[in-house]
Amino acid sequence: MMRLIGRRLLISILILFLVSILVFVATLLLPGDPARAILGQQATPERLAALREQMGLTDPVWLRYLHWFGGLFVGDLGTSTSAGAPVTEVIGARIGNSLVLMVIAAVIAVPVGLVVGTYSALRRGKATDHVFTGISLVLAALPEFVVGIILITLFSTTVFAILPSVTMAAPGHPVWEVPSQLVLPILTLVLVVTPYMVRMMRATMIEVLDSGWVEMARLKGVPERQVIMRHAVPHALGTVAQVIAMQLAWLAGGIVVVEFLFRYPGVGAAMVDAVTNRDVQVVQALSLLIAGVYVVVNLLADVVGIVTNPKLRREESR
Amino acid sequence: MSELTESDPRPDTAAGAGAKMFGSPGTVALRADGLKITSTAGKEILHGVSFNLVAGKIRGLVGESGSGKTTAGLACMGHFRAGLLNTGGSVALYRDGEVLEVLSLNDAGQRKLRGGSISYVPQDPSLSLNPAMRVGEQIMEVLRIHRPEDSERDRRGRITEVLAEVGLRNDKAYQRRYPHQLSGGQQQRIGIAMAFACRPAVMILDEPTTGLDVTTQAMVLKTIGELTRRHAVASLYITHDLAVVAELADDVTVMLRGDVVEDGPAKQVLYSPQHAYTRRLIRAVPDLAGRHRIGEVNAVTGAHPIVTAAGPIVDAAHPIVDAAGTGPGAPQGPASGSEPVSGTRAGERAGRHALPVPHDAAPATDNLLNATGIRLNYGPAQVLDGVDLHLGVGESLMLLGESGSGKTTLARCLAGLNDRYQGNVSLSGTQLQPGARQRSITERQRIQYVFQSPFSSLNPRRTIGESVAVPLQMAGQDSGRQQRAKVLEVLDQVKLGAGYIDRRPGELSGGERQRAAIARALVNAPSVLVCDEVTSALDVSVQAAIIDLLRTLQVETGMAMLFVTHNIALARHISQRMAVLQKGRIVDVGPTDDVLDHPQSDYTRELITNVPTL
Repeated sequence: MMRLIGRRLLISILILFLVSILVFVATLLLPGDPARAILGQQATPERLAALREQMGLTDPVWLRYLHWFGGLFVGDLGTSTSAGAPVTEVIGARIGNSLVLMVIAAVIAVPVGLVVGTYSALRRGKATDHVFTGISLVLAALPEFVVGIILITLFSTTVFAILPSVTMAAPGHPVWEVPSQLVLPILTLVLVVTPYMVRMMRATMIEVLDSGWVEMARLKGVPERQVIMRHAVPHALGTVAQVIAMQLAWLAGGIVVVEFLFRYPGVGAAMVDAVTNRDVQVVQALSLLIAGVYVVVNLLADVVGIVTNPKLRREESR
Repeated sequence: MSELTESDPRPDTAAGAGAKMFGSPGTVALRADGLKITSTAGKEILHGVSFNLVAGKIRGLVGESGSGKTTAGLACMGHFRAGLLNTGGSVALYRDGEVLEVLSLNDAGQRKLRGGSISYVPQDPSLSLNPAMRVGEQIMEVLRIHRPEDSERDRRGRITEVLAEVGLRNDKAYQRRYPHQLSGGQQQRIGIAMAFACRPAVMILDEPTTGLDVTTQAMVLKTIGELTRRHAVASLYITHDLAVVAELADDVTVMLRGDVVEDGPAKQVLYSPQHAYTRRLIRAVPDLAGRHRIGEVNAVTGAHPIVTAAGPIVDAAHPIVDAAGTGPGAPQGPASGSEPVSGTRAGERAGRHALPVPHDAAPATDNLLNATGIRLNYGPAQVLDGVDLHLGVGESLMLLGESGSGKTTLARCLAGLNDRYQGNVSLSGTQLQPGARQRSITERQRIQYVFQSPFSSLNPRRTIGESVAVPLQMAGQDSGRQQRAKVLEVLDQVKLGAGYIDRRPGELSGGERQRAAIARALVNAPSVLVCDEVTSALDVSVQAAIIDLLRTLQVETGMAMLFVTHNIALARHISQRMAVLQKGRIVDVGPTDDVLDHPQSDYTRELITNVPTL
């Protein structure tokens, strides 16, 4: 088992390395000149050249990459050109804010997805199943900003004006000081990621419930509750973990749009600002961070898949 | 429909009298009476099935796929699969002087019986054991549910005991294994141990040895027989394999499309069957001795349509083509369905039939296909370990092996479907490239392959005509009209009429699909036909019809055939020569009679001893 996980881990590291190259190359291709973005249109060519020299923009590309890549290991993500401060300082608080959203959304979405999916599978073909399937289909078809706008319309405008539509916390204060402002962003994220989990859990559970060992368990006289919890659900988890991982990884990227919609001071908003300001260092750091979340979450899903499957768990040969 | 059942010539229509009539010392443990089961779509699946199970005896429940035997077996436990409803009849369980109406119990009551008083042994243990649970734990689960009063120590003791009873190791380490760490036979014995753990009064065994090798099957059957008799369990043994029933069962019930057609002591039903269906079924069973020709029966399920000749060629004289390798290009008579090769008939009537030898059969020394030193390994696993094999012109060779022996791998290597082997394969003296893609079109055409499952080897979106025409398109020599003519002709050869050309696999039965697959292999007139377990997915009567067809085709076209199978009983029915493959090595090879009568290896001897016979 450890070998398998170790191999996955190595692959993950390799992927992160490739992503770092991609991110670096992609930011090179961003239109505009960081130096000009800082100094503005009126800057003299001498001052531009001097700044470029100072920022290392005149070095060969590979050297700049190595410099940046080396910095990653010592926590030096460079200096934000627009804020003039170290990148870690600029995005540190933002990461915390975003994590709050993501973790709460995940903690709500995963159990809800699993439970509703299982319930739907057990009631297959009945009215409740049709209702859940219908709702999850509609939600799955809606993009996150539409879900967000609908929620804003419903809960913070004329219909029920009970929740704030934008983040009210003053800069410098933790967002959770005003819990009500977290409700709508989290709800949006939950509504976007849950339907896929429900659908996948339902499909997998239906397959497992039709399996020989579930029928066998029933023919052994095992009570229905135990049939589901012991014989069916564990088998579904390995498969569904992949979908959950995809959805959680999506949270890391999809949060950009949701944060922008709710003016939430997280990494998403920071990303949008950084791109507008040609703040290359921040864009690089955030891209790599989001990629890292993808890779880590998928690695975790693989581990769940390995742990729930004794065949993989006990793979001694090879 | 129930009237029909009542009028059947069954000795124990009145179920109560049944046990006494057979003179059994046991008492009735379970009585199913007039079971009717209907699908939710409204189609009746069982039309009133009755039988009883006697303590210490085994009742064989025999029927072909779709006869409703598993449905009837599960109904004894009050279990109906999704989409099935119980619409009548009763199941009474007699235990400790009590009578329990199984079907009128509530869920909790039924649960209490299942695994406790009535237990079930499933068909495929690899699917029915929970792959993520240790085998000891799976047995423990039954004990926890049905023996709540026992201490954990008593239960552990019982697990150790029951594992020994089914002939498995019973140490802690073994109990901690997962199903995938056991062989198929061991898995099945875990299934039996699980069923037997609570000392049930009734056991329902649903084809528990299908898919096991004959040697393993013999061991599992022995275990079942011993347990039943020693502990006075009433067993219902569901199977399609009449030979197994003959070895094991005391009484036999024969089912056909949801009806019991015959019922009685095993000896009577199997050796002097009353019902026409039973007789046909028994005649279709291949026997190792080769006393009768199995192909004489028509497939009972209608998979063997009577073909009216398509096109202008209506030829009652039924010409036998006399040139080897004559393709569909030459005029060939449409086989008239009921009359295979006339020359073989006389021989059969004389007693043990001789396999027909093709008209122009060249001496076996003239090798058409020659394989030498075939080796193949997957990592450390040596699948083929230096195999030498030759196939003469017009010869039928059986390649016999159990699962994992490498027989399919070898067949695929010869056909070029697996190109990872080392060694030489030559056809008519020319050495072939390992992979089919590297071989020339002619070489590819000369070796054709028929796959095991006709359910997955035909593209469901293509019509039969389109599928059969694919090899012709690959050859690229014929116009569309010529192709269609060839397709019609070959469909005729396999006794599917022109009417099948525009149908899709979904509308066809298993036997019809396998015929279509054979037609596809024949359309380019191959010199060698490789048949990979072509009958193992089919019912016994359909198998008989396909065997008959292959034999007829082989004689008519003079092609050589490599018949890959695990079923040794087919040997005398299909092959002139046979080779026995064990763990990637050929351990016995020679003319079929020689190998069967004087096997050289212990392995072949063991196979022959263990094959169940009628």
